[in-house]
Amino acid sequence: MVNLPLFIILPFGVAFFIPMVSRKFKWVPDVLGNITTFILLLLSLMTLNQEHVYHIGGWRAPFGIVLVLDGLSCLLLVIINLISFMSSLFSIEYLEKRYTSKLRYYSLFLLMVGGMNGTVLSGDLFNLFVFMEIASIASYALVGFGCEARELEASFKYLVMGNVGSLFVLYAVALLYGKTGTLNMADVARILKDIPYDNLIAFSFVLIISGFMIKSALVPFHAWLPDAHPSAPAPISAMLSGVVIKALGVYVVIRLIFNLFGFNHIISNILVYMGITSMIIGVCLAILQWDLKRLLAYHSISQMGYVFCGIGLGTTLGILGGIFHLFNHSLFKSLLFLDSGSIEYETETRDLNKMGLLYKKMPITSFSTLVASMSISGIPPFNGFWSKFIIILASIKAGRPIVALWAVIGSILTLSSFTKVCRYSIYGKGEKFDKEKWEKLKEVPDFMSIPLIILSILCIFTGLLLIGLENGIFGPVIDVLKGGVLEYINKVLGD
Amino acid sequence: MIIYMCIAIMFFVGLYGMMVKKNIIKMIIGVNIIGYAVNLFFIVLGYRKNGIAPIMVPGMEIKDFVQKAVNPLPQALVLTSIVIDLSIICFLASLSIRIYEKYGSFDFEKIRRLKG
Repeated sequence: MVNLPLFIILPFGVAFFIPMVSRKFKWVPDVLGNITTFILLLLSLMTLNQEHVYHIGGWRAPFGIVLVLDGLSCLLLVIINLISFMSSLFSIEYLEKRYTSKLRYYSLFLLMVGGMNGTVLSGDLFNLFVFMEIASIASYALVGFGCEARELEASFKYLVMGNVGSLFVLYAVALLYGKTGTLNMADVARILKDIPYDNLIAFSFVLIISGFMIKSALVPFHAWLPDAHPSAPAPISAMLSGVVIKALGVYVVIRLIFNLFGFNHIISNILVYMGITSMIIGVCLAILQWDLKRLLAYHSISQMGYVFCGIGLGTTLGILGGIFHLFNHSLFKSLLFLDSGSIEYETETRDLNKMGLLYKKMPITSFSTLVASMSISGIPPFNGFWSKFIIILASIKAGRPIVALWAVIGSILTLSSFTKVCRYSIYGKGEKFDKEKWEKLKEVPDFMSIPLIILSILCIFTGLLLIGLENGIFGPVIDVLKGGVLEYINKVLGD
Repeated sequence: MIIYMCIAIMFFVGLYGMMVKKNIIKMIIGVNIIGYAVNLFFIVLGYRKNGIAPIMVPGMEIKDFVQKAVNPLPQALVLTSIVIDLSIICFLASLSIRIYEKYGSFDFEKIRRLKG
């Protein structure tokens, strides 16, 4: 049995410890940071298929604070800690060249990881808010880590938008506390179930969901994302796009809708239509971009649309598709951002026009970019194909062929924009291609190419996780969401 | 009831400052005002007229205590939330100093370079 507070204490403790020791020893931040994320990865793999409610300080559920581990949190824990291990491995060499203060970097990085682990495990509304703020503040600081003009501007924008979202959430938590007199999520759900639905509940629902949707960057709320994600250092972009928008945004929205407020027909429509809008608008804006990282950032908006579409359908197959796409997106999007980081590391540019013919000089980076591009555009047998296929199949089965049509169109547009990436950077060359610079290029150092290789292998083979469909590895997650409010109450408050 | 209206007005004043004003310092003040509005709302939830501090002293009747004591939970929550607000304001202020060094202006229109 894994001790749940370890997921929170370990990263916070090490984040505190790193600045104290590493003024004397330069190698300490690298070693400590990577060992911590590796241990967290092992711990999160040990939690698979377990269910547990941990009472902090031994106080029973409605009075004390609880940490809840169920199928959904297990999956998110594995995603968070896998991607954070890959990113911290990538950071060892990447930070040497452009950035200076490694101890602050690893300290903030671990604060962010710990905050996200806490968000995913928390069973209490106010603690959810606090952990979310810890992770958000660390990520605001990491976006502006380079301290160049553009990075500072992006960080400022991200902070103002993110803070509006957080305050909405806090206001909604206050309203819900005033209505129900409790902060425990299961207890709030139990009380809301029995009292008649009124305007106050509807208002707090809208506030809290829009607060978290700002964090998950669905289309009306997406303005900060294309500035913030490209400005961060590449491993942080991988964390932001791969994990932060999921753990702080999508996960909390799903958890609140399915396990606290209850899922119904109207919410299903809202989720599906918002999903379709961000799917199409995100990808249309992405095609126009010439900055590689900005293009990838717009694709994050579009792919989150697929996740919301799948889950919004509310059928077993739809939820399976949405959850599986969430998992796959974290793999291939973080791989793409790490690739863009290693391209930037060697060529020192992000402009697609200035790149070209990378496959001759950087075989590993080009190969992994190709794998991830095919994965995100949904070409069989890569993992992105299976999840998109299931979402499309589910929407046809649910009697909504329009959703399927838009999903196919979005997928074709994605394919075309990644054809552009591969054409200009890897196999062809851009208009401002610089031959002299190209002669000097070489493959990135080992510590940067290892995460690329691991993530590419995962991208190729995770399609196999689908074996058994809803009875397979994603079964517990679907049970949590299909079980709805009642099962969650029983799990947390029962016994 | 009137105090809730005041809180709502304060919230929207802050939101206005944050969203409409072009000067970075004014935006930071807007962030601050929204934070105060939400914290004040939390405190008002636990308010009780002629209430006493929720500390049990010897010689106090438990029934009396329950009737008079204010709810301590919102106060504890607001303390946490003030600390979070403080860290955000500090971070924003230091960020705006850095932005001033780079751009030589506090006007957000002049700072804007990220587009597309």
